[in-house]
Amino acid sequence: MLQISLQQTRPSTLEVELSCQSGELLALVGPSGAGKSTVLRCIAGLQSPKLGQIQCKNQIWFDDKSSINQTPQQRRVGMVFQNYALFPHLTVAGNIQLALDHNKQHTQQCVDTLLAQVHLGGLGQRYPHQLSGGQQQRVALARALARSPKALLLDEPFSAVDRVTRRKLYLELNTLRRGLDMPIILVTHDLDEAAMLADNICVIHQGKTLQQGKPAQVLYKPDNAAVARQVDVRNLFKAKLVEHDGQVKLSWHDYLFEVGSTNGLSLNQDLYWTLSPSKILLHQRVRPSHGEHENPLTAVINDMVTLRGITTILMLVDETDNTVLQMDLPEHVAMRNQLKIGEMITVSLLSEEIHLMKE
Amino acid sequence: MDWQAFEVSIKLALLTSVSLFPIGLGLAYLLSKYNFMGRGVLEAMITLPLVLPPTVLGYFLLVGMDNNSFLGSLFVSLTGHSLAFSFVGLWFASIIYSLPFAVQPMLRSLEQVAPEIREAAWCSGLSKWKTFFKIELPLAWPGIITAMVLSFSHTLGEFGVVLMIGGNIAGETRTLSIAIYDSVLAFEHQQAQSMSLILLAIALVTISLVYTFNRFHPSVVRS
Repeated sequence: MLQISLQQTRPSTLEVELSCQSGELLALVGPSGAGKSTVLRCIAGLQSPKLGQIQCKNQIWFDDKSSINQTPQQRRVGMVFQNYALFPHLTVAGNIQLALDHNKQHTQQCVDTLLAQVHLGGLGQRYPHQLSGGQQQRVALARALARSPKALLLDEPFSAVDRVTRRKLYLELNTLRRGLDMPIILVTHDLDEAAMLADNICVIHQGKTLQQGKPAQVLYKPDNAAVARQVDVRNLFKAKLVEHDGQVKLSWHDYLFEVGSTNGLSLNQDLYWTLSPSKILLHQRVRPSHGEHENPLTAVINDMVTLRGITTILMLVDETDNTVLQMDLPEHVAMRNQLKIGEMITVSLLSEEIHLMKE
Repeated sequence: MDWQAFEVSIKLALLTSVSLFPIGLGLAYLLSKYNFMGRGVLEAMITLPLVLPPTVLGYFLLVGMDNNSFLGSLFVSLTGHSLAFSFVGLWFASIIYSLPFAVQPMLRSLEQVAPEIREAAWCSGLSKWKTFFKIELPLAWPGIITAMVLSFSHTLGEFGVVLMIGGNIAGETRTLSIAIYDSVLAFEHQQAQSMSLILLAIALVTISLVYTFNRFHPSVVRS
Protein backbone atom coordinates (compact mmCIF):
# COMPACT_ATOMS: atom_id res chain seq x y z
CA MET A 1 0.00 0.00 0.00
CA LEU A 2 1.17 3.48 -0.89
CA GLN A 3 0.31 6.26 1.54
CA ILE A 4 1.02 9.85 0.73
CA SER A 5 0.70 12.96 2.84
CA LEU A 6 2.31 16.13 1.50
CA GLN A 7 2.22 19.72 2.66
CA GLN A 8 3.94 22.81 1.38
CA THR A 9 3.11 26.41 0.56
CA ARG A 10 6.04 27.31 -1.67
CA PRO A 11 6.89 27.28 -4.55
CA SER A 12 3.41 25.85 -5.11
CA THR A 13 0.73 24.83 -2.63
CA LEU A 14 0.45 21.16 -1.77
CA GLU A 15 -2.09 19.71 0.63
CA VAL A 16 -2.26 16.10 -0.40
CA GLU A 17 -3.65 13.08 1.39
CA LEU A 18 -4.09 9.95 -0.63
CA SER A 19 -3.60 6.24 -0.49
CA CYS A 20 -3.46 3.44 -3.02
CA GLN A 21 -3.70 -0.26 -2.20
CA SER A 22 -1.52 -2.89 -3.85
CA GLY A 23 -3.05 -3.94 -7.15
CA GLU A 24 -5.31 -0.90 -7.17
CA LEU A 25 -5.32 1.77 -9.86
CA LEU A 26 -5.85 5.24 -8.47
CA ALA A 27 -6.53 8.06 -10.93
CA LEU A 28 -5.35 11.48 -9.86
CA VAL A 29 -7.60 13.87 -11.78
CA GLY A 30 -7.68 17.62 -12.01
CA PRO A 31 -7.26 20.45 -14.50
CA SER A 32 -3.90 21.48 -15.97
CA GLY A 33 -1.73 23.09 -13.32
CA ALA A 34 -3.64 21.42 -10.46
CA GLY A 35 -0.45 19.82 -9.15
CA LYS A 36 -1.07 16.25 -10.35
CA SER A 37 2.36 15.80 -11.91
CA THR A 38 4.03 17.48 -8.92
CA VAL A 39 2.48 14.87 -6.63
CA LEU A 40 3.66 12.09 -8.93
CA ARG A 41 7.18 13.56 -9.04
CA CYS A 42 7.20 13.76 -5.23
CA ILE A 43 6.24 10.07 -5.04
CA ALA A 44 8.97 9.15 -7.53
CA GLY A 45 11.55 11.16 -5.57
CA LEU A 46 12.20 13.55 -8.45
CA GLN A 47 10.99 16.44 -6.32
CA SER A 48 10.89 16.92 -2.58
CA PRO A 49 7.94 18.45 -0.75
CA LYS A 50 8.59 20.64 2.28
CA LEU A 51 6.63 18.48 4.74
CA GLY A 52 4.90 15.15 4.80
CA GLN A 53 5.39 11.44 4.54
CA ILE A 54 5.42 8.95 1.71
CA GLN A 55 5.27 5.32 2.68
CA CYS A 56 5.18 2.25 0.46
CA LYS A 57 4.34 -0.97 2.28
CA ASN A 58 6.60 -0.81 5.31
CA GLN A 59 9.25 1.33 3.73
CA ILE A 60 9.38 5.07 4.33
CA TRP A 61 10.42 6.91 1.16
CA PHE A 62 10.05 10.41 2.51
CA ASP A 63 9.58 11.78 5.99
CA ASP A 64 10.48 15.34 6.86
CA LYS A 65 10.42 14.61 10.60
CA SER A 66 13.07 11.91 10.42
CA SER A 67 14.83 13.62 7.47
CA ILE A 68 14.33 10.60 5.24
CA ASN A 69 14.33 11.35 1.54
CA GLN A 70 15.18 8.35 -0.61
CA THR A 71 16.45 8.82 -4.13
CA PRO A 72 14.37 7.65 -7.12
CA GLN A 73 16.83 4.75 -7.48
CA GLN A 74 16.23 3.64 -3.87
CA ARG A 75 12.44 3.99 -4.09
CA ARG A 76 12.22 1.57 -6.98
CA VAL A 77 9.29 3.11 -8.81
CA GLY A 78 8.30 2.45 -12.38
CA MET A 79 7.38 5.66 -14.13
CA VAL A 80 5.87 6.32 -17.54
CA PHE A 81 6.46 9.92 -18.51
CA GLN A 82 4.03 12.04 -20.50
CA ASN A 83 6.24 11.98 -23.59
CA TYR A 84 7.62 8.57 -22.64
CA ALA A 85 11.23 9.83 -22.25
CA LEU A 86 12.66 6.84 -24.09
CA PHE A 87 16.43 6.81 -24.55
CA PRO A 88 16.66 7.75 -28.25
CA HIS A 89 20.15 6.31 -28.81
CA LEU A 90 19.15 2.85 -27.56
CA THR A 91 16.99 0.22 -29.19
CA VAL A 92 13.71 -0.89 -27.64
CA ALA A 93 15.53 -3.87 -26.08
CA GLY A 94 18.33 -1.54 -24.91
CA ASN A 95 15.82 0.76 -23.23
CA ILE A 96 14.36 -2.16 -21.29
CA GLN A 97 17.71 -3.83 -20.55
CA LEU A 98 19.00 -0.68 -18.90
CA ALA A 99 16.19 -0.82 -16.36
CA LEU A 100 16.59 -4.52 -15.62
CA ASP A 101 18.41 -5.57 -12.49
CA HIS A 102 22.01 -6.17 -13.50
CA ASN A 103 22.27 -9.26 -11.38
CA LYS A 104 19.24 -10.71 -13.11
CA GLN A 105 19.93 -13.85 -15.10
CA HIS A 106 18.53 -14.39 -18.58
CA THR A 107 18.35 -10.69 -19.48
CA GLN A 108 17.28 -11.40 -23.05
CA GLN A 109 14.50 -13.69 -21.84
CA CYS A 110 13.25 -10.96 -19.48
CA VAL A 111 13.25 -8.41 -22.30
CA ASP A 112 11.31 -10.79 -24.57
CA THR A 113 8.76 -11.52 -21.81
CA LEU A 114 8.24 -7.81 -21.13
CA LEU A 115 7.91 -7.03 -24.85
CA ALA A 116 5.37 -9.83 -25.26
CA GLN A 117 3.48 -8.48 -22.25
CA VAL A 118 3.02 -5.12 -24.00
CA HIS A 119 2.40 -6.71 -27.43
CA LEU A 120 5.68 -5.57 -28.94
CA GLY A 121 7.26 -8.95 -29.63
CA GLY A 122 9.80 -8.79 -32.46
CA LEU A 123 10.35 -5.02 -32.25
CA GLY A 124 13.27 -5.20 -29.83
CA GLN A 125 15.86 -4.06 -32.33
CA ARG A 126 14.00 -0.92 -33.44
CA TYR A 127 14.90 2.56 -32.25
CA PRO A 128 12.27 4.75 -30.56
CA HIS A 129 12.04 7.11 -33.55
CA GLN A 130 11.06 4.13 -35.71
CA LEU A 131 7.97 3.44 -33.56
CA SER A 132 4.48 4.94 -33.52
CA GLY A 133 3.25 6.90 -30.49
CA GLY A 134 1.30 3.90 -29.20
CA GLN A 135 4.32 1.61 -29.56
CA GLN A 136 6.54 4.13 -27.77
CA GLN A 137 4.05 4.21 -24.90
CA ARG A 138 4.17 0.43 -24.67
CA VAL A 139 7.99 0.49 -24.56
CA ALA A 140 7.84 3.08 -21.78
CA LEU A 141 5.45 0.81 -19.87
CA ALA A 142 7.68 -2.24 -20.40
CA ARG A 143 10.71 -0.25 -19.20
CA ALA A 144 8.79 0.92 -16.13
CA LEU A 145 7.88 -2.68 -15.30
CA ALA A 146 11.39 -4.02 -15.94
CA ARG A 147 12.61 -3.21 -12.43
CA SER A 148 9.69 -5.05 -10.81
CA PRO A 149 8.71 -1.73 -9.24
CA LYS A 150 7.08 -1.28 -5.87
CA ALA A 151 4.72 1.29 -7.37
CA LEU A 152 3.82 2.15 -10.95
CA LEU A 153 3.34 5.82 -11.80
CA LEU A 154 1.73 6.86 -15.07
CA ASP A 155 1.93 10.56 -15.95
CA GLU A 156 -0.75 11.26 -18.56
CA PRO A 157 0.47 8.34 -20.66
CA PHE A 158 -2.35 8.56 -23.19
CA SER A 159 -2.19 12.27 -23.94
CA ALA A 160 0.23 12.01 -26.86
CA VAL A 161 -1.61 9.37 -28.89
CA ASP A 162 -4.56 9.62 -31.24
CA ARG A 163 -8.07 8.69 -30.16
CA VAL A 164 -8.20 5.28 -31.84
CA THR A 165 -4.83 4.20 -30.40
CA ARG A 166 -5.80 5.57 -27.01
CA ARG A 167 -8.89 3.37 -26.83
CA LYS A 168 -6.79 0.35 -27.75
CA LEU A 169 -4.20 1.22 -25.11
CA TYR A 170 -6.92 1.64 -22.47
CA LEU A 171 -8.02 -1.93 -23.05
CA GLU A 172 -4.43 -3.20 -23.02
CA LEU A 173 -3.62 -1.40 -19.77
CA ASN A 174 -6.81 -2.70 -18.24
CA THR A 175 -5.81 -6.27 -19.06
CA LEU A 176 -2.16 -5.80 -18.10
CA ARG A 177 -2.87 -4.25 -14.70
CA ARG A 178 -4.88 -7.26 -13.58
CA GLY A 179 -1.61 -9.16 -13.42
CA LEU A 180 0.19 -6.44 -11.43
CA ASP A 181 0.21 -6.44 -7.66
CA MET A 182 1.72 -3.04 -6.98
CA PRO A 183 -0.15 0.24 -6.40
CA ILE A 184 -0.68 2.09 -9.70
CA ILE A 185 -1.23 5.84 -9.85
CA LEU A 186 -2.47 7.34 -13.10
CA VAL A 187 -2.38 11.08 -13.59
CA THR A 188 -4.95 12.34 -16.07
CA HIS A 189 -7.18 15.30 -16.76
CA ASP A 190 -9.59 13.08 -18.69
CA LEU A 191 -12.48 12.07 -16.45
CA ASP A 192 -13.75 9.42 -18.86
CA GLU A 193 -10.29 7.84 -18.90
CA ALA A 194 -10.22 7.87 -15.09
CA ALA A 195 -13.74 6.43 -14.82
CA MET A 196 -12.92 3.69 -17.31
CA LEU A 197 -9.58 2.55 -15.85
CA ALA A 198 -9.48 3.45 -12.18
CA ASP A 199 -10.66 1.60 -9.08
CA ASN A 200 -10.52 4.87 -7.19
CA ILE A 201 -10.39 8.51 -8.21
CA CYS A 202 -8.75 11.32 -6.30
CA VAL A 203 -9.67 14.86 -7.31
CA ILE A 204 -6.96 17.47 -6.96
CA HIS A 205 -7.31 21.20 -7.46
CA GLN A 206 -4.76 23.95 -6.83
CA GLY A 207 -2.49 21.45 -5.12
CA LYS A 208 -5.16 20.20 -2.70
CA THR A 209 -6.76 16.78 -2.79
CA LEU A 210 -10.49 17.31 -2.50
CA GLN A 211 -11.99 13.82 -2.50
CA GLN A 212 -10.92 10.23 -2.98
CA GLY A 213 -13.38 7.44 -3.65
CA LYS A 214 -14.93 5.07 -6.15
CA PRO A 215 -15.48 6.64 -9.59
CA ALA A 216 -19.29 6.51 -9.28
CA GLN A 217 -19.10 8.18 -5.87
CA VAL A 218 -16.73 10.96 -6.93
CA LEU A 219 -18.32 11.62 -10.32
CA TYR A 220 -21.98 11.43 -9.34
CA LYS A 221 -22.02 12.04 -5.61
CA PRO A 222 -19.24 14.55 -4.96
CA ASP A 223 -18.55 15.65 -1.40
CA ASN A 224 -18.98 19.34 -2.13
CA ALA A 225 -19.53 21.87 -4.90
CA ALA A 226 -15.79 22.33 -5.45
CA VAL A 227 -15.39 18.63 -6.32
CA ALA A 228 -18.55 18.77 -8.42
CA ARG A 229 -17.08 21.60 -10.49
CA GLN A 230 -13.81 19.71 -10.98
CA VAL A 231 -15.56 16.54 -12.12
CA ASP A 232 -17.67 18.62 -14.47
CA VAL A 233 -21.13 17.68 -13.21
CA ARG A 234 -23.52 19.21 -15.69
CA ASN A 235 -26.43 19.96 -13.39
CA LEU A 236 -25.16 21.85 -10.36
CA PHE A 237 -27.49 24.31 -8.67
CA LYS A 238 -27.82 26.26 -5.47
CA ALA A 239 -30.92 25.55 -3.36
CA LYS A 240 -32.28 25.21 0.20
CA LEU A 241 -33.97 22.54 2.23
CA VAL A 242 -37.36 23.53 3.56
CA GLU A 243 -40.10 21.85 5.53
CA HIS A 244 -43.38 21.39 3.66
CA ASP A 245 -46.39 19.42 4.91
CA GLY A 246 -44.18 17.86 7.53
CA GLN A 247 -41.69 16.68 4.93
CA VAL A 248 -38.18 17.96 4.16
CA LYS A 249 -38.09 19.14 0.54
CA LEU A 250 -35.61 20.79 -1.78
CA SER A 251 -36.71 24.31 -2.66
CA TRP A 252 -35.40 25.32 -6.08
CA HIS A 253 -36.96 28.13 -8.12
CA ASP A 254 -40.74 27.49 -7.95
CA TYR A 255 -40.33 23.79 -7.29
CA LEU A 256 -40.31 21.68 -4.19
CA PHE A 257 -38.57 18.38 -4.85
CA GLU A 258 -38.54 15.24 -2.77
CA VAL A 259 -35.04 13.96 -2.05
CA GLY A 260 -33.85 10.50 -1.12
CA SER A 261 -31.34 11.73 1.43
CA THR A 262 -30.56 15.10 2.97
CA ASN A 263 -26.92 14.02 3.28
CA GLY A 264 -26.72 15.45 6.82
CA LEU A 265 -27.62 18.96 5.69
CA SER A 266 -30.00 21.04 7.79
CA LEU A 267 -33.05 23.11 6.94
CA ASN A 268 -32.59 26.56 5.36
CA GLN A 269 -28.87 25.95 4.95
CA ASP A 270 -27.42 27.09 1.61
CA LEU A 271 -26.52 24.00 -0.34
CA TYR A 272 -25.91 22.66 -3.80
CA TRP A 273 -27.67 19.82 -5.52
CA THR A 274 -26.81 17.79 -8.56
CA LEU A 275 -28.52 15.20 -10.69
CA SER A 276 -27.00 13.21 -13.49
CA PRO A 277 -28.57 14.17 -16.87
CA SER A 278 -29.31 10.48 -17.41
CA LYS A 279 -31.42 10.33 -14.23
CA ILE A 280 -34.10 12.64 -15.56
CA LEU A 281 -37.14 10.93 -17.08
CA LEU A 282 -39.06 12.37 -19.98
CA HIS A 283 -42.85 12.24 -19.71
CA GLN A 284 -44.06 10.74 -22.93
CA ARG A 285 -47.04 12.62 -24.32
CA VAL A 286 -48.68 9.58 -25.89
CA ARG A 287 -48.11 7.17 -23.05
CA PRO A 288 -48.40 8.72 -19.61
CA SER A 289 -46.97 6.51 -16.89
CA HIS A 290 -47.31 6.04 -13.17
CA GLY A 291 -43.91 7.51 -12.28
CA GLU A 292 -44.80 10.96 -13.54
CA HIS A 293 -45.82 12.14 -10.07
CA GLU A 294 -42.21 12.02 -8.95
CA ASN A 295 -40.73 15.54 -8.90
CA PRO A 296 -42.34 16.78 -12.10
CA LEU A 297 -40.82 19.80 -13.83
CA THR A 298 -41.98 21.62 -16.95
CA ALA A 299 -39.58 23.59 -19.12
CA VAL A 300 -38.93 24.77 -22.67
CA ILE A 301 -36.34 23.02 -24.83
CA ASN A 302 -33.61 25.60 -25.31
CA ASP A 303 -31.21 23.50 -27.36
CA MET A 304 -30.50 19.92 -28.40
CA VAL A 305 -27.16 18.28 -29.18
CA THR A 306 -26.70 14.71 -30.34
CA LEU A 307 -23.40 12.88 -29.94
CA ARG A 308 -22.93 9.15 -30.56
CA GLY A 309 -26.55 8.20 -30.04
CA ILE A 310 -27.16 10.36 -26.96
CA THR A 311 -29.22 13.51 -27.29
CA THR A 312 -28.60 16.15 -24.65
CA ILE A 313 -31.63 18.36 -24.09
CA LEU A 314 -31.05 21.78 -22.53
CA MET A 315 -34.23 22.83 -20.73
CA LEU A 316 -34.75 26.46 -19.81
CA VAL A 317 -36.21 26.33 -16.32
CA ASP A 318 -36.06 30.02 -15.45
CA GLU A 319 -35.71 32.72 -18.07
CA THR A 320 -34.86 35.45 -15.56
CA ASP A 321 -31.54 33.94 -14.53
CA ASN A 322 -31.14 31.64 -17.53
CA THR A 323 -31.20 28.46 -15.45
CA VAL A 324 -30.75 25.47 -17.73
CA LEU A 325 -31.19 21.82 -16.72
CA GLN A 326 -29.56 19.14 -18.86
CA MET A 327 -31.12 15.79 -19.67
CA ASP A 328 -29.60 12.92 -21.68
CA LEU A 329 -31.85 10.73 -23.77
CA PRO A 330 -31.13 7.98 -26.24
CA GLU A 331 -31.36 9.56 -29.70
CA HIS A 332 -34.25 7.31 -30.73
CA VAL A 333 -36.32 8.44 -27.71
CA ALA A 334 -35.83 12.09 -28.69
CA MET A 335 -36.83 11.24 -32.25
CA ARG A 336 -39.85 9.12 -31.29
CA ASN A 337 -41.16 11.91 -29.05
CA GLN A 338 -40.53 14.42 -31.86
CA LEU A 339 -38.73 16.78 -29.50
CA LYS A 340 -37.97 20.16 -31.03
CA ILE A 341 -36.31 23.35 -29.82
CA GLY A 342 -38.90 25.75 -28.34
CA GLU A 343 -41.29 23.00 -27.29
CA MET A 344 -42.53 22.59 -23.76
CA ILE A 345 -41.75 19.25 -22.09
CA THR A 346 -42.36 17.75 -18.69
CA VAL A 347 -39.84 15.57 -16.94
CA SER A 348 -39.41 13.78 -13.62
CA LEU A 349 -36.35 14.16 -11.42
CA LEU A 350 -35.61 10.87 -9.68
CA SER A 351 -35.65 11.76 -5.99
CA GLU A 352 -33.23 8.98 -5.01
CA GLU A 353 -30.70 10.31 -7.52
CA ILE A 354 -30.78 13.93 -6.35
CA HIS A 355 -27.53 14.44 -4.50
CA LEU A 356 -27.20 17.26 -1.99
CA MET A 357 -23.89 18.73 -0.92
CA LYS A 358 -22.42 21.68 0.89
CA GLU A 359 -20.52 24.50 -0.78
CA MET B 1 56.48 23.90 -47.45
CA ASP B 2 57.59 24.14 -43.81
CA TRP B 3 56.99 20.57 -42.55
CA GLN B 4 58.45 21.40 -39.16
CA ALA B 5 55.78 24.11 -38.68
CA PHE B 6 53.17 21.64 -39.92
CA GLU B 7 54.28 19.12 -37.28
CA VAL B 8 54.21 21.75 -34.52
CA SER B 9 50.73 22.88 -35.61
CA ILE B 10 49.28 19.36 -35.72
CA LYS B 11 50.90 18.41 -32.40
CA LEU B 12 49.62 21.60 -30.75
CA ALA B 13 46.10 21.24 -32.17
CA LEU B 14 45.87 17.57 -31.17
CA LEU B 15 47.19 18.14 -27.65
CA THR B 16 44.89 21.14 -27.16
CA SER B 17 41.73 19.40 -28.33
CA VAL B 18 42.53 16.26 -26.28
CA SER B 19 43.19 18.41 -23.19
CA LEU B 20 39.98 20.33 -23.78
CA PHE B 21 37.90 17.13 -23.75
CA PRO B 22 37.94 16.71 -19.94
CA ILE B 23 38.31 20.43 -19.17
CA GLY B 24 35.49 21.49 -21.52
CA LEU B 25 33.24 18.61 -20.51
CA GLY B 26 33.75 19.34 -16.81
CA LEU B 27 32.94 23.01 -17.26
CA ALA B 28 29.97 22.28 -19.55
CA TYR B 29 28.59 19.73 -17.06
CA LEU B 30 28.97 22.22 -14.22
CA LEU B 31 27.21 24.96 -16.16
CA SER B 32 24.43 22.70 -17.44
CA LYS B 33 23.56 21.25 -14.03
CA TYR B 34 24.14 23.88 -11.38
CA ASN B 35 23.14 27.44 -10.71
CA PHE B 36 25.74 28.95 -8.44
CA MET B 37 27.01 32.36 -7.45
CA GLY B 38 29.55 33.63 -9.94
CA ARG B 39 28.17 31.50 -12.76
CA GLY B 40 27.76 34.59 -14.95
CA VAL B 41 31.39 35.60 -14.36
CA LEU B 42 32.61 32.08 -15.16
CA GLU B 43 30.58 32.01 -18.38
CA ALA B 44 31.92 35.45 -19.32
CA MET B 45 35.52 34.35 -18.67
CA ILE B 46 35.06 31.27 -20.84
CA THR B 47 33.57 33.38 -23.64
CA LEU B 48 36.12 36.24 -23.41
CA PRO B 49 38.59 34.75 -25.93
CA LEU B 50 35.82 34.96 -28.56
CA VAL B 51 35.46 38.72 -28.24
CA LEU B 52 38.90 39.91 -27.13
CA PRO B 53 41.42 40.90 -29.81
CA PRO B 54 44.01 38.07 -29.93
CA THR B 55 46.77 40.57 -29.18
CA VAL B 56 45.05 41.64 -25.95
CA LEU B 57 44.56 38.04 -24.86
CA GLY B 58 48.11 37.25 -25.93
CA TYR B 59 49.46 40.21 -23.98
CA PHE B 60 47.77 39.14 -20.73
CA LEU B 61 48.86 35.55 -21.22
CA LEU B 62 52.41 36.73 -21.86
CA VAL B 63 52.35 38.80 -18.66
CA GLY B 64 50.90 35.80 -16.79
CA MET B 65 53.66 33.52 -18.07
CA ASP B 66 56.50 35.92 -17.33
CA ASN B 67 59.27 34.44 -15.19
CA ASN B 68 58.38 36.91 -12.43
CA SER B 69 54.72 35.91 -12.36
CA PHE B 70 53.39 33.14 -10.11
CA LEU B 71 52.74 30.72 -12.97
CA GLY B 72 55.97 31.58 -14.82
CA SER B 73 58.18 31.28 -11.75
CA LEU B 74 56.48 28.00 -10.72
CA PHE B 75 57.17 26.58 -14.18
CA VAL B 76 60.81 27.73 -14.06
CA SER B 77 61.29 26.18 -10.61
CA LEU B 78 59.77 22.88 -11.81
CA THR B 79 61.41 22.57 -15.23
CA GLY B 80 64.22 25.07 -15.34
CA HIS B 81 62.77 26.54 -18.53
CA SER B 82 60.75 29.66 -19.22
CA LEU B 83 57.04 29.15 -19.89
CA ALA B 84 56.69 32.03 -22.32
CA PHE B 85 58.09 31.34 -25.82
CA SER B 86 57.98 27.59 -25.19
CA PHE B 87 55.77 24.85 -26.67
CA VAL B 88 54.23 24.16 -23.25
CA GLY B 89 53.37 27.87 -22.88
CA LEU B 90 51.82 27.81 -26.32
CA TRP B 91 49.84 24.67 -25.42
CA PHE B 92 48.58 26.36 -22.23
CA ALA B 93 47.60 29.49 -24.18
CA SER B 94 45.86 27.38 -26.84
CA ILE B 95 43.73 25.73 -24.17
CA ILE B 96 42.66 29.17 -22.95
CA TYR B 97 41.85 30.68 -26.35
CA SER B 98 40.09 27.57 -27.66
CA LEU B 99 38.09 27.08 -24.45
CA PRO B 100 34.86 28.73 -25.73
CA PHE B 101 35.01 26.60 -28.89
CA ALA B 102 35.01 23.49 -26.69
CA VAL B 103 32.66 24.53 -23.89
CA GLN B 104 29.85 26.12 -25.91
CA PRO B 105 28.96 23.12 -28.16
CA MET B 106 29.34 20.71 -25.22
CA LEU B 107 27.12 22.91 -23.03
CA ARG B 108 24.45 23.27 -25.73
CA SER B 109 24.35 19.54 -26.36
CA LEU B 110 24.16 18.67 -22.65
CA GLU B 111 21.38 21.23 -22.21
CA GLN B 112 19.49 19.63 -25.08
CA VAL B 113 19.17 16.33 -23.23
CA ALA B 114 15.59 16.59 -21.95
CA PRO B 115 15.35 16.53 -18.13
CA GLU B 116 12.75 13.72 -18.36
CA ILE B 117 15.31 11.50 -20.09
CA ARG B 118 17.65 11.95 -17.15
CA GLU B 119 14.82 11.39 -14.69
CA ALA B 120 13.68 8.30 -16.60
CA ALA B 121 17.20 6.92 -16.18
CA TRP B 122 17.10 7.56 -12.41
CA CYS B 123 13.70 5.88 -12.19
CA SER B 124 15.21 2.98 -14.13
CA GLY B 125 17.71 2.57 -11.31
CA LEU B 126 20.74 4.24 -12.90
CA SER B 127 22.98 6.25 -10.57
CA LYS B 128 23.83 9.84 -11.51
CA TRP B 129 27.23 8.77 -12.86
CA LYS B 130 25.79 5.88 -14.85
CA THR B 131 23.12 8.24 -16.20
CA PHE B 132 25.88 10.59 -17.33
CA PHE B 133 28.00 7.93 -19.01
CA LYS B 134 25.22 5.76 -20.46
CA ILE B 135 22.61 8.37 -21.36
CA GLU B 136 23.79 11.97 -21.31
CA LEU B 137 27.24 11.47 -22.81
CA PRO B 138 26.07 9.37 -25.79
CA LEU B 139 23.27 11.85 -26.45
CA ALA B 140 25.62 14.82 -26.17
CA TRP B 141 28.22 13.08 -28.35
CA PRO B 142 27.58 15.16 -31.49
CA GLY B 143 28.22 18.33 -29.48
CA ILE B 144 31.36 16.83 -27.97
CA ILE B 145 32.72 15.82 -31.38
CA THR B 146 31.88 19.30 -32.70
CA ALA B 147 33.69 20.83 -29.72
CA MET B 148 36.81 18.73 -30.30
CA VAL B 149 36.92 19.46 -34.03
CA LEU B 150 36.32 23.18 -33.55
CA SER B 151 39.07 23.32 -30.89
CA PHE B 152 41.42 21.45 -33.24
CA SER B 153 40.65 23.67 -36.23
CA HIS B 154 40.73 26.87 -34.25
CA THR B 155 44.08 26.00 -32.62
CA LEU B 156 45.45 25.08 -36.02
CA GLY B 157 44.49 28.47 -37.42
CA GLU B 158 45.25 30.78 -34.48
CA PHE B 159 47.78 33.48 -35.30
CA GLY B 160 47.69 36.50 -32.97
CA VAL B 161 48.00 34.76 -29.62
CA VAL B 162 50.61 32.31 -30.99
CA LEU B 163 52.75 35.19 -32.19
CA MET B 164 52.48 37.00 -28.85
CA ILE B 165 53.16 33.95 -26.66
CA GLY B 166 55.30 31.72 -28.77
CA GLY B 167 57.19 34.12 -30.93
CA ASN B 168 58.59 32.39 -33.97
CA ILE B 169 60.99 29.67 -32.82
CA ALA B 170 61.39 26.98 -35.48
CA GLY B 171 60.51 23.49 -34.24
CA GLU B 172 59.21 24.86 -30.95
CA THR B 173 56.59 27.57 -31.40
CA ARG B 174 56.53 28.23 -35.12
CA THR B 175 53.16 27.04 -36.37
CA LEU B 176 51.80 26.89 -39.92
CA SER B 177 49.92 30.18 -39.62
CA ILE B 178 53.12 31.94 -38.48
CA ALA B 179 55.05 30.24 -41.28
CA ILE B 180 52.48 31.49 -43.82
CA TYR B 181 52.88 35.02 -42.47
CA ASP B 182 56.68 34.73 -42.73
CA SER B 183 56.48 33.40 -46.30
CA VAL B 184 54.25 36.29 -47.38
CA LEU B 185 56.66 38.80 -45.80
CA ALA B 186 59.51 37.12 -47.66
CA PHE B 187 57.50 37.18 -50.94
CA GLU B 188 57.50 33.35 -51.04
CA HIS B 189 53.95 33.21 -52.34
CA GLN B 190 54.17 29.67 -53.69
CA GLN B 191 55.06 28.35 -50.22
CA ALA B 192 52.40 30.52 -48.53
CA GLN B 193 49.81 29.23 -50.97
CA SER B 194 50.58 25.53 -50.43
CA MET B 195 50.53 25.91 -46.63
CA SER B 196 47.29 27.93 -46.77
CA LEU B 197 45.73 25.25 -48.96
CA ILE B 198 46.71 22.58 -46.43
CA LEU B 199 45.08 24.52 -43.57
CA LEU B 200 42.00 25.13 -45.71
CA ALA B 201 41.71 21.43 -46.63
CA ILE B 202 42.13 20.24 -43.03
CA ALA B 203 39.48 22.70 -41.81
CA LEU B 204 37.06 21.80 -44.60
CA VAL B 205 37.44 18.04 -44.19
CA THR B 206 37.14 18.01 -40.40
CA ILE B 207 34.11 20.29 -40.30
CA SER B 208 32.39 18.35 -43.13
CA LEU B 209 32.96 15.15 -41.19
CA VAL B 210 31.35 16.68 -38.11
CA TYR B 211 28.26 17.80 -40.01
CA THR B 212 27.92 14.38 -41.66
CA PHE B 213 28.36 12.55 -38.36
CA ASN B 214 25.83 14.78 -36.60
CA ARG B 215 23.24 14.30 -39.31
CA PHE B 216 23.18 10.53 -38.83
CA HIS B 217 23.47 10.35 -35.05
CA PRO B 218 20.36 8.79 -33.42
CA SER B 219 19.95 11.63 -30.95
CA VAL B 220 19.69 14.07 -33.87
CA VAL B 221 17.66 11.77 -36.10
CA ARG B 222 15.02 11.22 -33.39
CA SER B 223 11.59 12.52 -34.22
